[in-house]
Amino acid sequence: MTIDAPQIATKREAGQFVVIMTDEKGERIPLTIVDSDKDAGTVTIIFQVVGKTTMCLAAMKEGEDLFAVLGPLGTPTEMEKFGTTVVVGGGVGIGVAYPIIKALQEAGNKVIAIIGARTKDILILEDEIREICDRLIVATDDGSYGVHGFVTNVLQDLIESGEVINRVFAIGPVPMMKFLCEVTRPYKIKTIVSLNPIMVDATGMCGACRVAVGGKTKFACVDGPEFDGHDVDFDLLTNRLRMYNGEEEEARKGCRCHE
Amino acid sequence: MSKIDKIPRQDMPEQDPKVRSANFDEVPLGYTKEQAMLEAKRCIQCKKPLCITGCPVDVDIPGFIRLIAEGDFIGAALKLKETNALPAICGRVCPQEDQCEAVCVLGKKGEPVAIGRLERFAADYERESGNIMIPAVALPTGKKVAVVGAGPAGLTIAGDLVKVGHDVTVFEALHKAGGVLIYGIPEFRLPKSIVDAEVNYLEKLGVKIVVNAAIGRIKTVDELFEEGFDAVFLGVGAGAPVFMNIPGENLSGIYSANEYLTRSNLMKAYRFPEYDTPIVRGKNVVVIGGGNVAMDSVRTALRLGADNAYIIYRRTEIEMPARAEEVHHAKEEGVQFRLLTNPIEYTGDENGWVTGMKCIRMELGEPDESGRRRPVPVKDSEFVIDVDTVVVAVGAMANPLVASTTPGLEINRWDYIVANEETGETSRKGVYAGGDIVTGSATVILAMGAGRNSARAIDEYLKK
Repeated sequence: MTIDAPQIATKREAGQFVVIMTDEKGERIPLTIVDSDKDAGTVTIIFQVVGKTTMCLAAMKEGEDLFAVLGPLGTPTEMEKFGTTVVVGGGVGIGVAYPIIKALQEAGNKVIAIIGARTKDILILEDEIREICDRLIVATDDGSYGVHGFVTNVLQDLIESGEVINRVFAIGPVPMMKFLCEVTRPYKIKTIVSLNPIMVDATGMCGACRVAVGGKTKFACVDGPEFDGHDVDFDLLTNRLRMYNGEEEEARKGCRCHE
Repeated sequence: MSKIDKIPRQDMPEQDPKVRSANFDEVPLGYTKEQAMLEAKRCIQCKKPLCITGCPVDVDIPGFIRLIAEGDFIGAALKLKETNALPAICGRVCPQEDQCEAVCVLGKKGEPVAIGRLERFAADYERESGNIMIPAVALPTGKKVAVVGAGPAGLTIAGDLVKVGHDVTVFEALHKAGGVLIYGIPEFRLPKSIVDAEVNYLEKLGVKIVVNAAIGRIKTVDELFEEGFDAVFLGVGAGAPVFMNIPGENLSGIYSANEYLTRSNLMKAYRFPEYDTPIVRGKNVVVIGGGNVAMDSVRTALRLGADNAYIIYRRTEIEMPARAEEVHHAKEEGVQFRLLTNPIEYTGDENGWVTGMKCIRMELGEPDESGRRRPVPVKDSEFVIDVDTVVVAVGAMANPLVASTTPGLEINRWDYIVANEETGETSRKGVYAGGDIVTGSATVILAMGAGRNSARAIDEYLKK
């Protein structure tokens, strides 16, 4: 989805996100900025329909107005010339990986991208990423396209093949990020993950998004959303993401967006 | 004894505690015209009124009360608005018992005039009459002022500066203007329609309000100057929550008061699923803290259906910073107070949801730097409370978003902005600050007072 937001388009950096509300009664949800076009004054977001807000978002037509768009939020990706980098994107996380790949490339890094999805049909941004990275490896869980298997296996094989990797970025579902961090941990390859906890204001005011990193509480909205994955307590994140599962079900049933 | 002395202080009708603890409607119902006039007649119109000295924004208290006594309610509202931009709000949330009413002469022997209730009455009368006068503003000065944060300080200064002819734009990070009045104070204490009406009034005066604009992210203070603003006022509040850093504090079901109240008030989670944002409707809810925010949280928990709603506070009721009225209302509604108690650890279930709060009993020792007796733990007094929801309401701290992106802006060791108490001047030329971001957590009216003072200072600065 492309959003008309000229100031955000000018300001935003890789790793940052926006908060949107579809309507006055809606929830505030954070979505990573995938790309921006300063000349056109637009930012691009990619989302997966999981709850009521994303359902309503998907039902919006071109030219309609979002009730609120706030951004750019979060600390941008720490960017420098690291050397050889591997960016792993899983599922809708590929959208978050894309701007990081782009920025790494611009900073002069060698970028190997590994993108994966459950099946071929839901794989996103393959062509766009192929164009901007040095090497792309695609994996699908069901083997319908590319390597048959998980991105974790692909990364493991890559490391074992002797590729010297200076930094890994891992963005995707929590279990994927957790296991990727276990792959890189024995090799002491610094692994940056992008976390997606529940947020409300997303400016550091409420603490809904608190995560434990290296035993310390951090707010993903201002201290993150990117952290050193080897220090992140993923089990806590998983639990906190489940806090409103019951209510989410109830909200979906009462969806207004097709009224 | 004169006849006037015999009029007792008029009680304001309230919703029945049993009824109101299950709804979010406002608790006090306001004076009738007759009650207001009767109460107004109690004011003896002192030659040297002490009450004005007790007011942070110098409201002409005897003046507006005399107009109420004469039945000129609109006149009273206009008198209030000469110095107070938000009288309907102040009449509700100011701690009058520590300010104007504390020094009222009648209070020496009996009960002070109910200044707050009268202020509320006059402002409500004007608003409900639908006949809100928009005063003429001065000719444009050609000077532009950016106000960062649409809370009590920001709204006050915006109103003051627009009236003297400056071009004022308020930037607010949230999607709605009002700051703590919108996200923090619940509907049952301050109906949001009142805040909306006050914001609307400012817009009619010519104030421009830009929501969804987090200064420090979308623009820096320096960029505001580059865009042509001549002065910037920072009234961003003390918007970051304080946690206690005790084991288990990140378990599901544990909220900061900021989050709990923001969900309920700003996002209207109490009306879920009509509104999309959910909130945990706990059965056994503990709120930690003794301030107004704690009272607001615990009374919200009751209204969300808690069977047991507790206040846990490490000192005694005497040291509680909350207004007496809030504590009284909470008690009436069935809040259980567990005083001289402090949490030390949380335990959770296999899903990471909080189930127990381990507490320790406290006793009061020697006074600390705040002058209050320091609570000290009683050895071997630990016990566990069954909980499913916890709200941590032990204070707030500075949100560094603006200060950290404004080079040369002096902050103190708690990240609060260093500003002149009288004028709000900061270490940066043309940058002023006031409210909680300077003082730390305080009250709506003190923030408004700071906004008022900075308005004068900025006006003088712009005239140079």
